[in-house]
Amino acid sequence: MTAPVKPEGPGSMASSSTATPTRAPHQDVPSGHQPGDGRVGGGLFDPKQLIKSFPDAIRKLDPRVMVKSPVMFVVEVGSVLTTVFAVTKPSDWFGWAIAAWLWLTVIFANLAEAVAEGRGKAQADTLRKAKTDTVARRLNGEAEEQVPGTELRIGDLVVCEAGDIIPGDGDVVEGVASVDESAITGESAPVIRESGGDRCAVTGGTKVLSDRIVIKITTKPGETFIDRMINLVEGAARQKTPNEIALNILLASLTIVFLLAVVTLQPFAIYAGAEQPMIVLLALLVCLIPTTIGALLSAIGIAGMDRLVQRNVLAMSGRAVEAAGDVSTLLLDKTGTITLGNRQAAEFVPVRGTTEAEVADAAQLSSLADETPEGRSIVVLAKEKYGLRERHQGELVDAEWVPFTAQTRMSGVDVDGRKVRKGASGSVIAWVQERGGEVAEDAQQLTDVISQAGGTPLLVALEDERGPRVLGVIHLKDVVKEGMRERFVELRKMGIKTVMITGDNPLTAKAIADEAGVDDFLAEATPEDKMALIKREQAGGKLVAMTGDGTNDAPALAQADVGVAMNTGTSAAKEAGNMVDLDSNPTKLIEIVEIGKQLLITRGALTTFSIANDVAKYFAIIPAMFAVAYPGLDSLNIMRLSSPNSAILSAIIFNALIIVALVPLALRGVQYRPVSADKMLRRNLAVYGLGGLIAPFIGIKLIDLLISLIPGLH
Amino acid sequence: MSPILAGVLQLIALIAALALAYRPLGDYMAAVYSSPKHLRIEKVIYRCIGANADAEMRWPAYLRGVLAFSVVGVLFLYLLQRLQGGMPLSLGFASISPDQAFNTAASFVSNTNWQSYSGEQAMGHVVQTAGLAVQNFVSAATGMAVAIALVRGFARSRTGDLGNFWADLVRGTVRVLIPIAVIGAVVLVACGAVQNFSGIHEVGQFMGGHQQTNGGAIASQEAIKELGTNGGGYFNANSSHPFENPNAFTNLFEIFLILVIPFALTRTFGKLVGNVKQGYAILATMGVIWLGFVALMMWTEFAHGGPALQAAGAAMEGKETRFGVGSSAIFSVSTTLTSTGAVDSFHSSFTAFGGGIQLLGMMLGELAPGGVGSGLYGMLVMAIIAVFIAGLMVGRTPEYLGKKIGTREIKLAACYILITPTLVLGFAAASMVLPDALGSMLNTKALGAGAHGFSEVLYAFTSGGNNNGSAFAGLNANTPWYNTTIGLAMLLGRFLPMVFVLALAGSLAEQQPVPETAGTLRTEKPLFAGLLVGTILIITGLTYFPALALGPLAEGLS
Repeated sequence: MTAPVKPEGPGSMASSSTATPTRAPHQDVPSGHQPGDGRVGGGLFDPKQLIKSFPDAIRKLDPRVMVKSPVMFVVEVGSVLTTVFAVTKPSDWFGWAIAAWLWLTVIFANLAEAVAEGRGKAQADTLRKAKTDTVARRLNGEAEEQVPGTELRIGDLVVCEAGDIIPGDGDVVEGVASVDESAITGESAPVIRESGGDRCAVTGGTKVLSDRIVIKITTKPGETFIDRMINLVEGAARQKTPNEIALNILLASLTIVFLLAVVTLQPFAIYAGAEQPMIVLLALLVCLIPTTIGALLSAIGIAGMDRLVQRNVLAMSGRAVEAAGDVSTLLLDKTGTITLGNRQAAEFVPVRGTTEAEVADAAQLSSLADETPEGRSIVVLAKEKYGLRERHQGELVDAEWVPFTAQTRMSGVDVDGRKVRKGASGSVIAWVQERGGEVAEDAQQLTDVISQAGGTPLLVALEDERGPRVLGVIHLKDVVKEGMRERFVELRKMGIKTVMITGDNPLTAKAIADEAGVDDFLAEATPEDKMALIKREQAGGKLVAMTGDGTNDAPALAQADVGVAMNTGTSAAKEAGNMVDLDSNPTKLIEIVEIGKQLLITRGALTTFSIANDVAKYFAIIPAMFAVAYPGLDSLNIMRLSSPNSAILSAIIFNALIIVALVPLALRGVQYRPVSADKMLRRNLAVYGLGGLIAPFIGIKLIDLLISLIPGLH
Repeated sequence: MSPILAGVLQLIALIAALALAYRPLGDYMAAVYSSPKHLRIEKVIYRCIGANADAEMRWPAYLRGVLAFSVVGVLFLYLLQRLQGGMPLSLGFASISPDQAFNTAASFVSNTNWQSYSGEQAMGHVVQTAGLAVQNFVSAATGMAVAIALVRGFARSRTGDLGNFWADLVRGTVRVLIPIAVIGAVVLVACGAVQNFSGIHEVGQFMGGHQQTNGGAIASQEAIKELGTNGGGYFNANSSHPFENPNAFTNLFEIFLILVIPFALTRTFGKLVGNVKQGYAILATMGVIWLGFVALMMWTEFAHGGPALQAAGAAMEGKETRFGVGSSAIFSVSTTLTSTGAVDSFHSSFTAFGGGIQLLGMMLGELAPGGVGSGLYGMLVMAIIAVFIAGLMVGRTPEYLGKKIGTREIKLAACYILITPTLVLGFAAASMVLPDALGSMLNTKALGAGAHGFSEVLYAFTSGGNNNGSAFAGLNANTPWYNTTIGLAMLLGRFLPMVFVLALAGSLAEQQPVPETAGTLRTEKPLFAGLLVGTILIITGLTYFPALALGPLAEGLS
């Protein structure tokens, strides 16, 4: 884990108290998603996009493109045929009107897809700018040679110095540098990249700001991360996902059923003495086949990927996004996801014979020069709880600051003849005893109590005129992020089990797990443990999602159904996962699951809507077709549409316009709230099932009213 | 007592009887199909047919068993009819013509029992008992076996094995159908149905004329005809003939026999998948549709539309006075919502809407409760379609009973729902343009009954394609065209769906089940049952609405 602060439980605490985080992005509040309130939503839909995408929509009329969507292909064939019939009877306004609206239906469908793709294209253009042709300084033995970035091969070593653009994806094998990765992450703060460890991966197109590094190239030109990103956001690499294919099959079979119903209708009609014009039959066919969902299906898929991109997550396949909706077990890293990155001081506990205020005073004094978050939190607690004014280092003229070292595992200050130390209990006790001081009997007991509660105890000791002695204990606690508990309750309602992964000992882990409200935890987790846990869950038929960034996470990331690699992680991790989070924010896993679910819900909702729509269309068209032969059938005309032609035309117009009306919904996704499956189904059935049944009755009636106002069209 | 009250009381009695039989019969069938032991008689049968009844079959092997057995059945029945003229106990009837023999063989093997002949004027004792009655048992047992194989597909995981067709076939016949049919026959005989091997009697009529009437093993055939949802009557008048169905009690009893296995199979299903609530949800879906149709039918038949009906107090034309309107309405709905097709009243004489309800009942795919076995698997396929759409709306890859509904499953389910509409609408449309076929219609446009005439043809193919077997009458179906096309519709409408059902079962059985969580669609809840009802009604309604509009709706609304 890149978490710069890695709590290992009591005793080793001190090591963290001095580590200086270079950049710990996942300590930030998750972008665009405040825990608790945030819901997945999409970007705003701008009607101007419709106009801008129009040329693309026309280009997509190519039958070779259309045939990929069976439903819309049938509509296109219908448009061609109606146009032919209209040409043969040029004086019939009705034929022309139907032909025009059928073409519009196809164009609207293409428009939906083009708009969805257009949003990705804009992002791709930005990325392309980052992909300027670079000249690489390739190492050839000791010598350096200049080659174009495109000629680099896997395994080449290249040198980059301040100001250079990194020519390709690779791992730093020598040196440390700060790198500006804003080209891909949009985050302007530079990040540190160094050889070895989990922060060695660099991405082509990013810029070295300081120092010199040697990079070993790990990908071929044309297959770099930026190339893949461009492909992904443009949708060039888009393949239909399993569920999309299944839905397409269902839609195709419904299309066949309706084709059958319409084709066989003509013989029936001839027998009834009411032979129908081909244009009317084609209009009926287009009204019945599920055009609404057929038109929007691919836009929904593209928009789903796009919603992830907007959150700076790159899904390597649509399959992964779908799998995210099915996830039933989430493996969440404790640090940065469940807790804030650092532990904070919660209380000062005095040993017998001292007061809290004394401990607070000493603790504050020893922490003034400690710039770690833990150190700062001690000063803050002393101020808030004990009213101790923060003393500035400058006020203490003679102060001699004792910095933390890995050997002493303590830090502190010598000032005015007083020596204050704080640190891991073993070290502090040793320090006191070394100086002939006494350790209060209850010191050990107090530290044990804190450890058992999942906290980290730091001993505070003072040597003054009364001799060296232990004053008390600072209780450092992991602080669970605000709103996480509620989040886990929601996840549970959605049927998702959360497992906290931590390097802490089981005691500490349990305490935090209880406080955060996760369902389970894995303490002292090794990569092997994680792998075993994933396999165990999968053996029970569950889908598992996890985040990871280290090379040793790679096998687990590959094994997980949804593996989100942090962008700060190694290239091995990024290869293994099926998503990359450019913000490196593990909390986003929850959003990814929600986006996956939202994608599926949108498909289901629009399918239901589309099928339910047909009922009203029958009531419009069937009486219009047959009321002449069987006057009784006019009583099916419950909308009281003004004339047969107007009824059929109104149904066709409604059918076309509803596509445009639903484009924003398809792009944004239907509203999603984490509730149980039952509640969600009830709500969506009411809105899209019942709504889909009723809406067209109203819509067709209104269109008919408008049409009947046009003179001469009866 | 008013006729309406009588109808409602009979309905209540029927529901009570079905409710009493539901659990014991359902549990018994679950035990039959999961028992590891064979009865002695079964072992003898396995030895005779050379089957290893303990060998597990994957779906292609299971399907081969179904098809091989049925092909042999068709050939045997065809030859029996073709050779009837030369056989003893033929009552002097001649051999049946090739097209009619094919039609009848297809009809009985496919559990349809469409009859383009008059039983008492064409079939002798041998054909009736050794041919038709035997198929009444085994075609029903075949349907049950396929349903059980599908249920095993849901219940089993990570295996392709679906059980053994021969064992399922023999057990269904020996342990389920025969015992109940024997009891049923005894009850019918006790209530006055005829059971003998006597020949043709000439009897005098009150008005002085003469009429021929024959005896036969009628009660025994009647019992399995209803119990196995077959429907092929010993007499042309079917269950309205007093020898088959003497009184109001036997009428109600026969309705009970029609419905008891299809409804109880939902309990068997629940038991076998380890969650009886899932079975209840399917039962509720079937029950709601059945009851809704009964209510509609009673309403349209009791409503006094037109002067003739007002004079009679209800639509009495074509109904037996000893059964009354209520009981006849229940019978006709039950026979068209199952694949039975037996009739105790003249379907063509029902009101136009009544005829529409019968048509729609068959068009639903006969799954509420449907034929023995075929109703259950038909309903489960529809459940897969409903789960697919609804499952998406809860944000997960759809799953039913822990099995994911992926590309392969939806492909097979989609093929299944395409078959009958193709057969029904395709053949009906062809009949509307062929002069020969139009010539069979007795109600024509020239007679001012165009819509009714169309309904007759539509009904014939709906009945054949859905393996119902009831006829709307008014159509001379004993012509080469109808014998052949309806025969094809019956065979394809029976066995193509079985291919897809068994493939589906194989695909489901191979899957690893997904554990249920709070995010899982609860398919045992009323909400899902309601959704399933809606899916069935909307998908069928949309498919057949134009055809129905030109038939019963045009007639009824004029």
